Amino acid sequence: MQTYLDFEKPLAELEGKVRELQHLAQTNEATDIDAEVDTLRGKASKLLADTYKTLTPWQKTQVARHPERPHTSHYIDALITDFTPLAGDRSYGDDKALIGGMGRFRGRSVMILGTEKGHSTEGRVKHNFGMARPEGYRKAQRLMRMAERFGMPILTFVDTAGAYPGVGAEERGQAEAIARSVEVCLNVKVPIIAVIIGEGGSGGAVALAVGDRVMMLEHSIYSVISPEACSSILFKTSDRAIDAAEALKLTAQDLKRLRVADQVIPEPVGGAHRDAAATMMRVGDAIADALSMFRDMADDQLLERRRDKFLTIGRMPV
Amino acid sequence: MSWLTNRVLPKIGLGRRKDGPDNLWEKCRACGQMVFHRDLEQSFRVCPHCDHHMRLTASQRLELLFDDGVFERLKTPQPPMDPLKFKDSRRYPDQIKDARSAAEADFAVEAGLGRIGGQSVVVAAQNFFFMGGSVSPGEGEAIVAAAERAVQEDAALIVCAASGGMRMQEGILSLMQMPRTTVAIQRLKEKGLPYISVLTDPTTGGTTASFAMIGDVAIAEPGALIGFAGPRVIEQTIREQLPDGFQRAEYLLEHGMVDMVVHRHELADTLGRILSLMREPVVAPPASLPPPEPVVIPEPDADSELMNTEPDSAEDDAGEVPEKSS
Repeated sequence: MQTYLDFEKPLAELEGKVRELQHLAQTNEATDIDAEVDTLRGKASKLLADTYKTLTPWQKTQVARHPERPHTSHYIDALITDFTPLAGDRSYGDDKALIGGMGRFRGRSVMILGTEKGHSTEGRVKHNFGMARPEGYRKAQRLMRMAERFGMPILTFVDTAGAYPGVGAEERGQAEAIARSVEVCLNVKVPIIAVIIGEGGSGGAVALAVGDRVMMLEHSIYSVISPEACSSILFKTSDRAIDAAEALKLTAQDLKRLRVADQVIPEPVGGAHRDAAATMMRVGDAIADALSMFRDMADDQLLERRRDKFLTIGRMPV
Repeated sequence: MSWLTNRVLPKIGLGRRKDGPDNLWEKCRACGQMVFHRDLEQSFRVCPHCDHHMRLTASQRLELLFDDGVFERLKTPQPPMDPLKFKDSRRYPDQIKDARSAAEADFAVEAGLGRIGGQSVVVAAQNFFFMGGSVSPGEGEAIVAAAERAVQEDAALIVCAASGGMRMQEGILSLMQMPRTTVAIQRLKEKGLPYISVLTDPTTGGTTASFAMIGDVAIAEPGALIGFAGPRVIEQTIREQLPDGFQRAEYLLEHGMVDMVVHRHELADTLGRILSLMREPVVAPPASLPPPEPVVIPEPDADSELMNTEPDSAEDDAGEVPEKSS
């Protein structure tokens, strides 16, 4: 059963009607229904394309958080062979909000890291809705260093509302864990390819997104703060999230223009959740292209290039 | 002739500028006692009754730390203004203009080059009174410039944090100051130069989650609120009362997140001592102590490997040991 977002209501009605008629056509002998279905289906797909061509920043935020959007674990299943999950930070615990391991991407051994939101209610709780704790970021640091030891490129998939705000997380040094992850990203001499597949929520996202190439899916977002929190702080009310989303310039297209994202990966018509397999294939192709860019670069050159890239962001007018 | 140019002489008045009768006394927020403004200035805004550490501006912080309050003020290059064309209840450039005239500074970070305990050092201080000490590309640039200047001068870097985090009005470009400042600090560290972070009230958000937490040594001021998420956000998330003293400097010390909690009046001395230990491997022992017992080293064989390799290995190590600045 398809989940419709609030702005997709006209689409939901149209597609509902198509399904109804299809059902009728199967049970009835009436011959003129087929033509009717075709017309409606044409209308629906045109409406879908039109809607997704002109999504507002707030609508994109909703699409980026769509529950049926492919998550990190889907990308691992679709793109990685011999995936070998690795667990634990070796000092406190294993954080299932940030998953990782070794595997092969189109034959090449790589290290994969990503925040995982989970699917079912049970899965979402298990993965803490994709909000990592310090253990998660320390595991990420451990795996990135290991990747460097064995010359494995690092692929990261970012999809998180942010790092988890909790008492335990604070006591165990959430801020330090994120700060050190950023530091490790800027220290390892293997390529880091980061893909924002859904939500890139503030520091919790940056910790995994300091890459040689930062790519964003067409309807993903990446922001210093969520539109909701921005609304309640700056607009002094919680119901101006739409305006905050607009003001924050958080869409993939904005980030490309601001030179924070290097590349926008197009999604199938109607968003990644309408055709997960096609989306993941496109992401795979983009990762392959990115890896080939850095294949012949010397380790030191690669690292200095990455550092300079981040040092110059925002220095020039856009 | 002083080696410092553009030296900034310490201002006598650290308190409020307007000297009207209303401002002669200030109420301590911790103990509620009234404190005479001159006493407060003399104590660098530490309450003489209860020792509560009140917030300092960036300029006050620099005066507090540098030897005799003398330093060269560093200039920050101006980054592109209002890249997002941000507007909430007011246009962002108007908010900035007001913040600048109120704080009498261009950015929420001010930096200076000088000496602490005789050690050459660049200090970058955040100003919580300037838009909550929030970090936009301008503030990031100030920290990057401070780190780069420290490398040029063979000086240590100290950042005094006082910030709510990354500035929303410059969006993702503010967030990018986390990796930006990290790069600048990494390059300084790789030159063998010390980086010390001083965490003052309050230090939260992306500030804590980047340059404030990667110091070789982390020092907190007593009672300072330090954390990633603010206490209100956590309370709303877990819907529980927070433990006593949660996210306060002493709590962080107990949980291993900082090296020490240091009283403001001892901060400069502590920094000077740490920098000396890091940068002067050998100093003359104090005169009052008896000379150390001579260490008896067993005579090595004339052809031992140790004899042959010692000078070489010492030379190899030289690159790792930071040299004392002139």
